[in-house]
Amino acid sequence: MTTTESTPRSYPFSAAEKLRLDPFYAELRKTEPLSRVQLPYGQPAWLATRYEDAKTVLADPRFSRAAAVDNDEPRLRSRRPAGGILAMDPPEHTRLRKLVAKAFTVRRVERLRPRAQEIADELADGMLESGSPAELVEDFALPLPITVICELLGVPYEDRADFRDWSDAFLSTTKLTEQQVEDYIDRFQNYMAGLIERRRQQPEDDLLSALVEARDEHDKLSEQELVELSVGILVAGHETTASQIPNFVYVLLTHPEQLEQLRQQPERVPEAVEELLRYVPLGVSAAFPRYALEDVELGGVLVRAGEPVVVGVASANRDEEVFSDPERFGLDHEAGPHIGFGHGPHHCLGAQLARMELQVALETLLARLPGLRFAVPEDEVPWKTGMIVRGPLSLPVAWDTEA
Amino acid sequence: MSWLIEVDGPSCIGSGMCVGMASEHFELRDGVSRPLRSQVEPADEIVDAAESCPVEAITVRDAESGAVIAPEP
Repeated sequence: MTTTESTPRSYPFSAAEKLRLDPFYAELRKTEPLSRVQLPYGQPAWLATRYEDAKTVLADPRFSRAAAVDNDEPRLRSRRPAGGILAMDPPEHTRLRKLVAKAFTVRRVERLRPRAQEIADELADGMLESGSPAELVEDFALPLPITVICELLGVPYEDRADFRDWSDAFLSTTKLTEQQVEDYIDRFQNYMAGLIERRRQQPEDDLLSALVEARDEHDKLSEQELVELSVGILVAGHETTASQIPNFVYVLLTHPEQLEQLRQQPERVPEAVEELLRYVPLGVSAAFPRYALEDVELGGVLVRAGEPVVVGVASANRDEEVFSDPERFGLDHEAGPHIGFGHGPHHCLGAQLARMELQVALETLLARLPGLRFAVPEDEVPWKTGMIVRGPLSLPVAWDTEA
Repeated sequence: MSWLIEVDGPSCIGSGMCVGMASEHFELRDGVSRPLRSQVEPADEIVDAAESCPVEAITVRDAESGAVIAPEP
């Protein structure tokens, strides 16, 4: 058994480069499935790299997110994360999760699909009118999820320039200064408090109004929780999907035979989305440590009560024990039970919404932009830096126009 | 009074939500949730799990009347 005394390795192991996953994860899965790591800030941690161990840490009640609040939790930036729903355990977490879970079930999300398709078609119309080439991030990947979450939550689309800037406060590791992070979070919360006040005066048919009612009439959450939850939904509701659309397109463009297969069989887009969710390492690092509440044997080591564990989700999604030929992207991979949306009580609230939007996005791009390709050499695509998620900053694309 | 828990296996996406919220009532077997016991004493966390399941794969019924207790339509 490894002891906790072994010197932790500096983590992340390397700077994120495009969508490449550090091959050292594969080595750890074989030789040291729970290993000691030191993130840039906070206590040393265990890093779980195998699929089964990852799921245990994410769903087993012996591992706690709430305990992170009282500890110097392992993290990528010096600022201590705020509390909120991501730092709670059941049953406390359940109280908040339940209030919003209903709005994101597969049944409710399917009702939004026609509207999402309409938005995607309008965006494609715009790209076709302006003509090839276009910039996929600004012209398509951002406005699609932003419009959908604005309408669902009840946030004016016109305000997007502001809240897009402020969203970086939750996703920046080094992009923003600590002062900027404080400032943006303040402004974001004030903005949301203003919207909430307006719903209080005049309720609408949106999630924000439903949450105001849950607060005012049923006392299900505090005012601060209401503000934080709404901000969280707006940030998470667009930023990750807006990154994944160009990430997915990038993977397809760099795997032309897979892209061609998908063009021939567009009905396989839902499968392709699952394989892409498995294959693309969206995060630059394991994050959101769980603290062991008691001694737990895991991956051949004893995790002692009070020790934090971070989960390498991208590594788990490439575990050879679960997926065959896992380092390769391919439509022939069986749509496996990846954990791209996490697992357990904190499983992504918007998973079904994200799936639907990603399906609509790929279907629309394949159908409307024949011969979709890079408009610049692949190596010149600029990538985000100083953020917890990966994604192209911009993705110039071209397509075949009718002669 | 007792409740019946059903999990629709084909709908289940194995999110682990129910296991995380109500670990004494659900388990994942080969990535699919199932109730540890199908007939149980009423408990809040069972309703919570059914209401929070992203694909509404869990149905909770009154054992006598068969009336659906969760999820709400």
